[in-house]
Amino acid sequence: MAQEQQERKIKVVIAKPGLDGHDRGAKLLARILAEAGMEVVYTGLRQTPEMIVETALQEDADVIGISSLSGVHMYFFPRVLELLKEKGMDDVMVIGGGIIPQDDAEELEKMGVAGIFGPGTPTYEIVDFIKKNVRRR
Amino acid sequence: MFDKSKLDSIAQQKAEWEEKVLNPALKKFPERKKVFTTISGTSVERVYTPLDVADFDYEKNLGFPGAYPFTRGVQPTMYRGRFWTMRQYAGFGSAKETNTRFRYLLEQGQTGLSVAFDLPTQSGYDSDHPLAVGEVGKVGVAIDSIEDMKVLFDKIPLDKVTTSMTINAPATVLLAMYLAIAEEQGVPFDKVGGTVQNDILKEYTVRGQYIFPPQPSMRLTVDLIEYCFKHVPRWNTISISGYHIREAGATAAQEMAFTIADGIAYVQACIDRGLDVDTFAPRLSFFFNAFTNVLEEVAKFRAGRRCWARIMKERFGAKNPRSMMMRYHVQTGGVTLTAQQPLNNIVRVALQAFAAALGGCQSLHTNSYDEALCLPTEQAVTVALRTQQIIAEESGATDTIDPLAGSYYVEAMTNKIEEEIEEYIRKIDEMGGTLAAIEEGFIQKEIQESAYRFQKEIESGERAYVGVNKYVMDEPPPTNLLKVDMEVGRREAEKVRRLRAERDQKRVDEALARLREVSQSDENVMPAVIEAVKAKATIGEICDVWREVFGEYKPESFV
Repeated sequence: MAQEQQERKIKVVIAKPGLDGHDRGAKLLARILAEAGMEVVYTGLRQTPEMIVETALQEDADVIGISSLSGVHMYFFPRVLELLKEKGMDDVMVIGGGIIPQDDAEELEKMGVAGIFGPGTPTYEIVDFIKKNVRRR
Repeated sequence: MFDKSKLDSIAQQKAEWEEKVLNPALKKFPERKKVFTTISGTSVERVYTPLDVADFDYEKNLGFPGAYPFTRGVQPTMYRGRFWTMRQYAGFGSAKETNTRFRYLLEQGQTGLSVAFDLPTQSGYDSDHPLAVGEVGKVGVAIDSIEDMKVLFDKIPLDKVTTSMTINAPATVLLAMYLAIAEEQGVPFDKVGGTVQNDILKEYTVRGQYIFPPQPSMRLTVDLIEYCFKHVPRWNTISISGYHIREAGATAAQEMAFTIADGIAYVQACIDRGLDVDTFAPRLSFFFNAFTNVLEEVAKFRAGRRCWARIMKERFGAKNPRSMMMRYHVQTGGVTLTAQQPLNNIVRVALQAFAAALGGCQSLHTNSYDEALCLPTEQAVTVALRTQQIIAEESGATDTIDPLAGSYYVEAMTNKIEEEIEEYIRKIDEMGGTLAAIEEGFIQKEIQESAYRFQKEIESGERAYVGVNKYVMDEPPPTNLLKVDMEVGRREAEKVRRLRAERDQKRVDEALARLREVSQSDENVMPAVIEAVKAKATIGEICDVWREVFGEYKPESFV
């Protein structure tokens, strides 16, 4: 098991959906996950849910991390989950961060988002969460 | 400021003090940390003395308020004449909802308006565009056409208030709408006052609301500047913004340095157009952040003013003192607000606003304590505005000008930040200017490096952040959050479709054809944009003409 994990790094797609330009958190997390031994692809700005899922498919990602600070999370997250299901990729873990009120976060978690990490979350908590909860293969 | 023998004597006294007073005390009571730094990572000495400002030349480095090099402020009386303009950035949902918020703020004693547009408007898309789904009316008000703009300023006299609009790539379009409405209200262009952000360069580095590639974008920027100094003389044609640079992670000195670098690029672009520096430079304005480390912020503002004055005089040969003045708006630091124990943010904002006042800002937005959670509620906005009013009316900081001048620490820090700015400007010049530095990713990488360092300091506990890594509490989830529903998007999309069906399409087509022609030539686009908005062309249609003529910017991400 340990050896297998060494062979294949956890692959993460960090995505910025919609027109939101706040990418400090996304870029920072991309770097920190890479330093924690994961393979990280940052999509850049202005991604549609379709583009995000397509990138995850192309990259054979284990995790999609979506950063949303413009209040569009209740549209984007469910749409990404829906597309993943359509493509039979619902074992890909979806996590999120940004300005997401707690009741929305709870609703998103009910829909199947694995975790929402709000402002002030230490990045090592996100690293640990991914390592602990990502699918094994 | 001090003669040599005096300095020698101080140095000697300091050495004695260290030996006889300080060192024994340190042995008994070691200091809290080995090294003290500001939030920007700049080291801070134990105590500052005349030795730290030994080369200080009062006349050369400070002078007097309203006079070169403007270190002490841009006006001769500053807040003894009148307070800064209290200007809260606001906008959400439809034009009608935002108009209600504007009128509320004016009733509460706010003295200027500041419009937040939603992201589709900022990116030049109509509310029914596929990329606008979910975004309409979210982080600002949705404006598709002049009809929305009319509702936004309903019962607000445009000769009595000044309006700041946070709009960049499509700045010409929103300004055109504003001017067309002023005309309808019977207000002549020379009585209209306000600001458009119109600062495209920082969109490429930190803010992300670009549409077109840099060259044609710079052309639109200069077109607006040129049109305004000829026809709208009270308009601030650009607000060169460090705010977002700081939000993205820059240090205080980097914020000022990269903003000034952007400023240099705009001034050069106007000069390259053949404009005389003293015609347009008096209407350039700036926009900065204020973090919680009050003294560092004050030093930053003072260093920035001095640097800009020197650059305008020495590098660009400006003769009019107004061309050399760095006039600026300040917004308190959005990124410093915490979702944890949100009421603590009121205190942070108060300190930041105090720094802005001590630093000599011309206008100020104070953030609301709930902004790490949602768009501000009315209660939170009111507290934020009252914070400014308390500082202005009660603190006493407004009664004398540049009250921290002469503090050994503040002057030493001002000098240090100025040196850092100059060093960055030198580097950027060597790279071939600001655009080249952006294309290479230099500015982006410097900012990201600072953001990373800061995050590490917080996570290691090296830097305390109350409620986040120190004095943490279990809290119930916050209530009373403002939410904009998805319904706004459907309503706005329907409204713009109805507008297209009902307007005089022939007039729109002609206006857009004319705009295309002008855009392909060297002519200033502003008159054609004004005609197009009057014909009820939408922002999306106007930007689509430019997308075809200019192309679209394809970003490269520097991670």
